[in-house]
Amino acid sequence: MKHKSFFWFVLPSSLAMLLFIFFPLISIVIQSLYVEHDQVVIEVENCGPFGCTQSTMIDQAATEELRREQPLGRFAGLTTYLDRGHLAVNEVGAAWRASDGIGDFLSRLLNLPFYKALLFTLTYTFVVTPLTIALGFMIAIAVNGAVRAIKGPLIFFSLLPMIVTPLVGSLILFWMVDARGVIGSTLQVLAGDPSLSVKASTPLMWIMLMVYGVWHAAPFAFIVYYAGLQTVNADTLESAMIDGATRWQRIRYVILPHLLPLTTFIALIQLMDNFRVFEPIVSFAASAHATSLSWAIFNDLGGETRQLSSAAATSVLTVIGVSILLLPVLVRTWREFGRS
Amino acid sequence: MSVKAQQKPLSLKIFILGFLVLWMALAAFPFLWTLWGSFKVEGDFFSKADWANAIVGTFTRIETGGSFTGQGYYGAWVQEEFWRAALNTLVVCLFVVTISLTFGTLGGYALSRSSQRYAFWFLIIALIFRALPHITLVSGYLPVFFQWNLWGHLPTAIIVLVAINQPFTLWMLTSFFRNIPKDLDESAMVDGCTRLQAFRHVIIPVMWPGVITTGLFSFLLAYNDFAVTAMILSKENQTMIPKIASFLGTTQTKGNVMFAVASVVSVTAPLFVMIMFFQRQIVSGLTAGAVKG
Repeated sequence: MKHKSFFWFVLPSSLAMLLFIFFPLISIVIQSLYVEHDQVVIEVENCGPFGCTQSTMIDQAATEELRREQPLGRFAGLTTYLDRGHLAVNEVGAAWRASDGIGDFLSRLLNLPFYKALLFTLTYTFVVTPLTIALGFMIAIAVNGAVRAIKGPLIFFSLLPMIVTPLVGSLILFWMVDARGVIGSTLQVLAGDPSLSVKASTPLMWIMLMVYGVWHAAPFAFIVYYAGLQTVNADTLESAMIDGATRWQRIRYVILPHLLPLTTFIALIQLMDNFRVFEPIVSFAASAHATSLSWAIFNDLGGETRQLSSAAATSVLTVIGVSILLLPVLVRTWREFGRS
Repeated sequence: MSVKAQQKPLSLKIFILGFLVLWMALAAFPFLWTLWGSFKVEGDFFSKADWANAIVGTFTRIETGGSFTGQGYYGAWVQEEFWRAALNTLVVCLFVVTISLTFGTLGGYALSRSSQRYAFWFLIIALIFRALPHITLVSGYLPVFFQWNLWGHLPTAIIVLVAINQPFTLWMLTSFFRNIPKDLDESAMVDGCTRLQAFRHVIIPVMWPGVITTGLFSFLLAYNDFAVTAMILSKENQTMIPKIASFLGTTQTKGNVMFAVASVVSVTAPLFVMIMFFQRQIVSGLTAGAVKG
């Protein structure tokens, strides 16, 4: 394709991505270096019958004016990154000096909002991704072995957890595990503890969020694996059997190697999607027990006081996190491209 | 595969059957339970005394006289004006799908037909954009949107969703267009068509299966979005998903959690119908990038 026609064909979509993906990235970097203006304080002299007193008051009009003229705020450099809400350099240092062991240090670290969010996000990403892949693989093998007539309905119902809106899907599960819901009260009976409540316990909440994550994402892995199973070479499978391979050996040495490239693909997509975990935390009202980086940004942006600079700083840190996550893939693509 | 290769010992058959039944229960039961429960009153759906109340509707019968009640739906759709949010969602989805597909087919076609180095890097950059959490972009939009008075309007949300959608749309359509033989449009160009004419007269007539599949996923992204629409749209322009989230804040205290349950069912129903009609396209779309790429 000629350079010129390529340019015109990709123009609309590159323009959209440039304006609404690339520029916002620059915008968050700039915004994170500024903080909102302080209120303008003026000194006024109150003179009464008993002499004059000096007092300070906020000049609302001047503050408005200043904020309108320089909407970015005043330049603050990296202070937003280093404050308590983000990297919390001073607090981490203090915690390091005060703590008497790595466990103690970690528990102190988790009182800081950024590290709390980061830890949950990473745990969620690296627990949910492998479990999703494993469950998806098992469902694919099982459905593939099922009678042809019921495969359609099986796939239909398997797709539901993935297609349904994450906020809605997690809400449905949340209502069921509510202490008055069907799963919640069953759990109480099983545990023999009538006061058991998922909402009130941090470990149970973490488990619940991750169970939701696997439930939501497993259908994706299932579909990809299922399609892969349709293309397994039947001759290889048969000759393996003639050579005396058991059922397990056939899965291990024929099917798994065939599905390996798909696993890389699923893992990549899942890592990206799990790192942005957000909706279930809103649905489960879990923010007291678990927060994620996306949720922290959402929280800063919402509410009465929109803390744009704080949100921007967390966003920049999140983007850096995503880049680190993608780095192995990018390096590999780079090398492969260089070779070809 | 020979018949013998498919034969399984009985124990394995039972194990697989059990596993499938368990998975089906996990996947389908929550939806059926919520659908059934949405026609009950709160005392049954959240039953402290006995979970069986939610099935037989003890309190529903006491409070309303019948075994089923449409109170939740009436409250959500009429009282809380959920229909307005549904209308907004319809507008947003319609425009997002149309515009993303228009941009995406043009871009995807060009990317599939170019063997240049920059086409490859274009796709890699799109992949990086695809990985960004949407909410990080939103925090980049807000200061600018406030300043230019773009905040709160449906068109703003539409164009933002189109842009966020582009990386995925491009990837998917590129892989679909790669499966359309190059000879088709190239022979048209040998016959004297320009690139655009070849695209219009040769490619457009055969591209619909791929476009429909991609359109389904664009629709899902717009329909399911929460992060962007919750932050960018003003209260009267809200779409359905942020509206449900706002129910959680207000109605749970008012004791009208059933409004939220009813609207959750209302949001899920169109998706059910969509999967029923387009199951094949969804499956092929999910696997397009993986199996062929």
